[in-house]
Amino acid sequence: MIDYFSSLLNIPIYALNAGLSAIILGIVSGVLGSFIVLRKMSLMGDALSHAVLPGVALSYILGINILVGASLFGLLAAILIQFITSRSNIKSDTSIGIILSSFFALGIVLITFAKSGLDLTHILFGNILAVPQSELMQSFIIMLVVIAIISLLYKELLISSFDPVVSKAFGLKTGFYHYLLMMLLSVVTVSSLSQVGIVLVIAMLVIPAATSYLWTNKLIHMIILASTIGAVSGIIGVIISFRFNLPTSATIVLVGVSLFAISFIISPKNNFLRKGVKQG
Amino acid sequence: MIEIRNLNVDYFGNSALENVNIDIPFGYTIGIIGPNGAGKSTFIKSLLEVIKKRSGTVRVEGKDISEYKRKIAYVPQKNDIDLTFPITVNDTVLTGTYPNLRIFQRPGKKERQRVEECMAMVDISDLANKQISNLSGGQLQRVFIARALAQKADVFFLDEPFVGIDLVSEKIIVKLLKQLREEGKTILIVHHDLHEVEEYFDKVIILNKKLIAFGDVKDTFTADNILNAYGASLGNLVIKGMGGAEND
Repeated sequence: MIDYFSSLLNIPIYALNAGLSAIILGIVSGVLGSFIVLRKMSLMGDALSHAVLPGVALSYILGINILVGASLFGLLAAILIQFITSRSNIKSDTSIGIILSSFFALGIVLITFAKSGLDLTHILFGNILAVPQSELMQSFIIMLVVIAIISLLYKELLISSFDPVVSKAFGLKTGFYHYLLMMLLSVVTVSSLSQVGIVLVIAMLVIPAATSYLWTNKLIHMIILASTIGAVSGIIGVIISFRFNLPTSATIVLVGVSLFAISFIISPKNNFLRKGVKQG
Repeated sequence: MIEIRNLNVDYFGNSALENVNIDIPFGYTIGIIGPNGAGKSTFIKSLLEVIKKRSGTVRVEGKDISEYKRKIAYVPQKNDIDLTFPITVNDTVLTGTYPNLRIFQRPGKKERQRVEECMAMVDISDLANKQISNLSGGQLQRVFIARALAQKADVFFLDEPFVGIDLVSEKIIVKLLKQLREEGKTILIVHHDLHEVEEYFDKVIILNKKLIAFGDVKDTFTADNILNAYGASLGNLVIKGMGGAEND
């Protein structure tokens, strides 16, 4: 099918693949990123996306599916961060810093072990021009699964993000939803490896969601707009990077942040022009 | 009846509540009073398992409270919530119906109807589509009361519901609480203002790290018990409706 469209639109296959994967990643990270932003977990998201690195390396060494290894290490990182914070007086930003850097370091060491086939630069920064068909399919399936899970558990995710205290009071297992989101985050990180790489995944998650947050007063609107912004900045980023021969992942991020900057200034909800500097 | 046995709670390593034993009967409006830092909020939060108990059991109608929590509506202090969350008044009240929905189940027509009714009861129907950070303190408190109503609970826990709200909102909420009480609901209210105790409550729980006294307002809300809880900090205060000795 991709071949057919490729010849129909007169675009090389690798370019079409790159565009499609940018759209898929934009949509899935808009959905998931909205929850990350609202739960004040941007830093946590950054840590998790870095923490999957040893999982990626280990999967490669052991010959198992990369999703399994990465999810395991993502969850392990989330659990350890929680563990350090709850069993000491160390604050969560510090425990996030410790886990992020140590998992990342472990990943680098493991990749050096397996250096015959894994290219660290590709994992860190992505290479959207080399996205194979199989991986595109995998990203598409991951997107469908993430959207399905979030739709099914929408009300639980909404209330546990909005009001965790009342959620606990009426008996909702808020911990479960926290770790569910952490796991989805690990999986999405993996699916975006080829495209933007580990280092910039967090930008895809946070920037479109934050931009959308400046415009919306309802969670569902925020999610839909964030996905749209994610997909649009993905496709514009790909086109610009092809035309001017720039690194794709960085270009996508810069397009996204430009949309954020414009929204920051003109969004009526943010009201920047009239109120100027926020008081207190 | 809510049976609380040997309740001990720590707060950041210090003991916040020690060995509290109370049987709270159903069908009354009950005030929880005590000085700042007495553990009043901690008390209801630990009953609802929002914070961990060091030890103790809480049973409702003979069963562990975890089996009864859907029937308890909780209105925390306003500053416990992120007001910038993208949610409207209408959708905030709708979350009150969530405890009675199964997993995967979406609120339907019946729940939306219920939300309309509850918003009307506290006179916020005209605010339905506003984002919640655009409301005054009183309006916001009415939103959270409407959310609690939407839950169709039998027991209501309210933490300082009258703090930082306007007189109109207070009147609406007080009237509504009286109505709930007449319907046979049980209402527990953390309250810091000693002046309205007699007017608002049937019974009082007086706390200061431990249970000082519990019972009907006229027997329990006495100068002795209040002095016992608040220490000398109150001075020779005369409080309307306070029973007991040296109110001279």
